[in-house]
Amino acid sequence: MKPEELTAMAEKVRKQDAHFSHHIHVCTESGCVSSQSDVLLKNITDEVQQRGLKGKVCVKGVGCMGLCCNGPLLKADDTMYQFVKPEDAGAIVDSLTSTPVVELVCDTKQPFFARQKLIVRENAGHIDPESIADCVAHGAYRALLKVLTSMTPQQVIAEVSESGLRGRGGAGFPTGLKWSTVSKAGGKTKYVICNGDEGDPGAFMDRSVMEGDPHRVLEGMAIGAYAVGAGQGIIYVRAEYPLAVKRLTRAINQARREGLLGHGLFGSNFDFNVEIRLGAGAFVCGEETALIASVEGKRGMPRPRPPYPANSGLHGCPTLINNVETFANIPAIMERGGKWFATIGTEKSKGTKIFALTGKIKNTGLIEVPMGIPLREIIYDIAGGIPDGKAFKAVQTGGPSGGCIPAEHLDITVDYESLTKLGSIMGSGGMIVMDETSNMVDVARFFMEFCMTESCGKCVPCRVGTYEMHELLDRICKRQATMADLNLLKELCDMVKQTSLCGLGQSAPNPVLSTLRYFENEYLKLIQSSPASHAGDGDHHVALEVLS
Amino acid sequence: MNTPVDIATESITLRIDDKDVSCRKGETVLQVARENGIDIPTLCYMEGLTVWGGCRLCMVEIAGSPKLQAACATVCTEGMIISTQSPRLENYRRMIVELLFAERNHVCSVCVSNGHCELQTMAVKLGIDHVRFAYRFPHLEVDNSHDRMRMDHNRCILCTRCVRVCAEIEGAHTKDIKGRGVLAAIIHDLDQNWGESSTCTSCGKCVNICPTGALTHRGTAVGEMTKKTTFLPYLTLMREAQP
Amino acid sequence: MTTPTAKPTVATVWLDGCSGCHMSFLDLDERLITLAGLVDVLHSPVVDQKQFPQQVDLTLVEGAVSSEEDLHKALIIRARSKLVVALGDCAVTGNVPAMRNYFDRSDLFARAYVENAQEPTTPEERRVVLPVLGVPPLRPHATALHEVIKVDMFLPGCPPPADAIWYLLTEILAGRTPATTTVSRFGK
Ligand SMILES: Cc1cc2nc3c(=O)[nH]c(=O)nc-3n(C[C@H](O)[C@H](O)[C@H](O)COP(=O)(O)O)c2cc1C
Ligand code: SF4
Ligand code: SF4
Ligand code: SF4
Ligand code: SF4
Ligand code: FES
Ligand code: FES
Repeated sequence: MKPEELTAMAEKVRKQDAHFSHHIHVCTESGCVSSQSDVLLKNITDEVQQRGLKGKVCVKGVGCMGLCCNGPLLKADDTMYQFVKPEDAGAIVDSLTSTPVVELVCDTKQPFFARQKLIVRENAGHIDPESIADCVAHGAYRALLKVLTSMTPQQVIAEVSESGLRGRGGAGFPTGLKWSTVSKAGGKTKYVICNGDEGDPGAFMDRSVMEGDPHRVLEGMAIGAYAVGAGQGIIYVRAEYPLAVKRLTRAINQARREGLLGHGLFGSNFDFNVEIRLGAGAFVCGEETALIASVEGKRGMPRPRPPYPANSGLHGCPTLINNVETFANIPAIMERGGKWFATIGTEKSKGTKIFALTGKIKNTGLIEVPMGIPLREIIYDIAGGIPDGKAFKAVQTGGPSGGCIPAEHLDITVDYESLTKLGSIMGSGGMIVMDETSNMVDVARFFMEFCMTESCGKCVPCRVGTYEMHELLDRICKRQATMADLNLLKELCDMVKQTSLCGLGQSAPNPVLSTLRYFENEYLKLIQSSPASHAGDGDHHVALEVLS
Repeated sequence: MNTPVDIATESITLRIDDKDVSCRKGETVLQVARENGIDIPTLCYMEGLTVWGGCRLCMVEIAGSPKLQAACATVCTEGMIISTQSPRLENYRRMIVELLFAERNHVCSVCVSNGHCELQTMAVKLGIDHVRFAYRFPHLEVDNSHDRMRMDHNRCILCTRCVRVCAEIEGAHTKDIKGRGVLAAIIHDLDQNWGESSTCTSCGKCVNICPTGALTHRGTAVGEMTKKTTFLPYLTLMREAQP
Repeated sequence: MTTPTAKPTVATVWLDGCSGCHMSFLDLDERLITLAGLVDVLHSPVVDQKQFPQQVDLTLVEGAVSSEEDLHKALIIRARSKLVVALGDCAVTGNVPAMRNYFDRSDLFARAYVENAQEPTTPEERRVVLPVLGVPPLRPHATALHEVIKVDMFLPGCPPPADAIWYLLTEILAGRTPATTTVSRFGK
């Protein structure tokens, strides 16, 4: 594709759009599809057809609008509707020319929408992810065009560094630094990998980005490839995300057909192709070295680092591996500049972050908020607080690798540093809210069970350590434990954290450590109420003295 | 690599347990420690095979690094200061070996490898007189299908020395791993009986390299199974010497 | 109660084990005479007293905890002993008695009392009756002693050699914590 063809493509769609007097956008992401939004979309299309409004009303399937718990969501012109059933299609179409269907209206002025700041998700709910033309009309590939026609790879990296963007996959590694390492690494063949494995229980941020705006991910990858000198990209997606796979596959095919992937993009001498690789759904395959092994067709097991993938990754070549959301931030940074991006967020955590809100809160779904937002604002304003008049107890961030934050710290700001200081982590963006009815030892046991079954089995501390930590937690929960068991659990947590090979094992004790930090009394209560099986806790040194 | 080595620039000096030592570029902490008579406990490492890094017994402290590092997988750099022994490391190592005993069924008193077993020896070396963790008591198979050798999953510690020797030295790649976590297990070909494997050459290398009583010769009684591993560096050398 | 002039008191107990550890204890041979001068053995399979004494300084326990009776004894031992030593692999790890743990108890009973029973001849014999009266129930797992009570010291070995037992006793009597892995190991 030549530069002017991109503008022409966008113009064409905008002209077509101008003919429509009304727009109906139906969410067609996994959340809403699970409550039949696909049928709803079809019914609406039929209703429009039957009324002979095909040329007047534009009906399209779009990405997630965030308030998934109230889905299916749809937007008819400026009115948002919630809990829409397939049989409501007629009423919705009629409302376009009369009054809104009051009982289904969803207030878009509520804090859930008003307090968000959209960068990665700016087009979700507006574009049809299955139509490249629609995406281009909303700005897709404009950043790539700018990069390929006016920037050197070094300038691209400088811009990313200036933005302060940090990896959204969990560890928060500075993206600019990673790009510059890969770009400096020797070797003719380099790869770019997009990590879409997303295995945290309760997390669906990346799925949403891939389903709702797949071209943004491809564009980010292409810019990354240009910056580091790679020609081949790979998106690793778990097979449990069939819709994401379908949308990505379609996006890749369309981009290839339009010449937005392939040889000599926009008349430059930059070639870039993307392939999809399916993962079988092992959590550990999100770890970069295990992911690379899996792509190579081997068993997905981590290996010791260094060497880091940046120097020796896929097939031993320098490899840039970033998270879906990290790549999806890139087009905006290229268009509006690193400086602009760096104005959002805190001193060390820039930009926005998508969170998947789940658990005991009124509004569950996806939100994108600026870094540094107070946690209280997320829980009480955006998420609408705790339902059924219950009290907030804690929120788990970072999934099974993270920790909990109790009520007394609700006023912290959400950024990498503050969360780490409290013993949790930003992680990839899962937020699971617990109310007063949750038992925190049980919560720790739940996450430990997850780590135990997801451990790849390569290293002893994680393979057997997670099993034994789970066993000890189980004993405590069942009121069969003693103080000696609790002490052993603490010792084991420390050992597994310090000696495990990869991040899975190293962070598996975190949920225990953090619940112990804030809720040790719950552990003690369970232990004190267990019929003590260990009699005679005497000190044998004292006994020895008496004896001799 | 046939490029001439410039000793001055290619050699590295470092300090292990208060001893100044030097080594060639590319050598690991474990190699250098052993060359200098400093003992670091290992179970999955085997000279001549690729590094696995799974047993985590060889963890050492490196000054200036907040994280412990596996000596077998850490390449020496100039000026490194390493300690291989400390109360903390010893405690971790003890726990790791205790975990291995708790994971499967080790009944030394009736084991063919009793008295000739690296796991058992490691327990003695680390002063382990009992296991604090709950034993799993899993129900595991003994594969008796091969006419000369036996695989007893009750005694396997998943060090993968057998997998690597079979793939890297014998070139058969009969063995591999299946499953996750504590359910992981060594398999033959596509998870079939060893005796029915079409790739196994019956070379016996895996048996000799196995640190425990998991892989043994048939017809051995309690305590009779001894292993010979001296062949390995020699075979590796022969392989590398081939043009 | 131990007064400074009285000899320390010792008990030895045999739970689910093969008595090998006690045999090894008897292998102390002439050192048994020396030992008799140093301690009073109040209770043991090799002495007459049937009841476990109210108060003992040191108890050596052989065998795994397999039945409810073993557990009951273990709790009494703990309550009445200053020092409890797990003697031998069965007490330390579960060892051979724990090899039944890979199976369900009902399968074990079926194997022992049905499959391996002699060919039944009379209708009475055909009605398989598991022994229950006067037999302590088996616990789901045979376990090491320290899984049910706090154990102060461990002497592994199957059985631990007499020399190792001697070392253990003399170290304890000298007021030192014995480094038992220097004299024995699992399976020795
Ligand atoms: C057990 C484990 C699971 C992981 N899962 C993911 C994942 O699902 N998605 C992801 O992007 N990163 C995951 N990571 C982090 C990756 O290893 C890697 O750091 C990341 O993809 C780098 O991208 P970023 O710099 O853009 O964050 C995981 C790490 C570990 C240790
Ligand atoms: S820490 Fe766990 S997941 Fe990671 S390599 Fe070790 S066993 Fe595998
Ligand atoms: S393999 Fe080694 S540790 Fe395991 S039972 Fe046999 S001798 Fe004991
Ligand atoms: S006998 Fe040789 S070929 Fe067969 S599994 Fe062992 S190492 Fe491989
Ligand atoms: S069979 Fe032996 S060599 Fe193979 S993994 Fe098990 S313990 Fe290691
Ligand atoms: S999936 Fe439809 S609004 Fe989130
Ligand atoms: S020897 Fe280094 S991890 Fe096993």
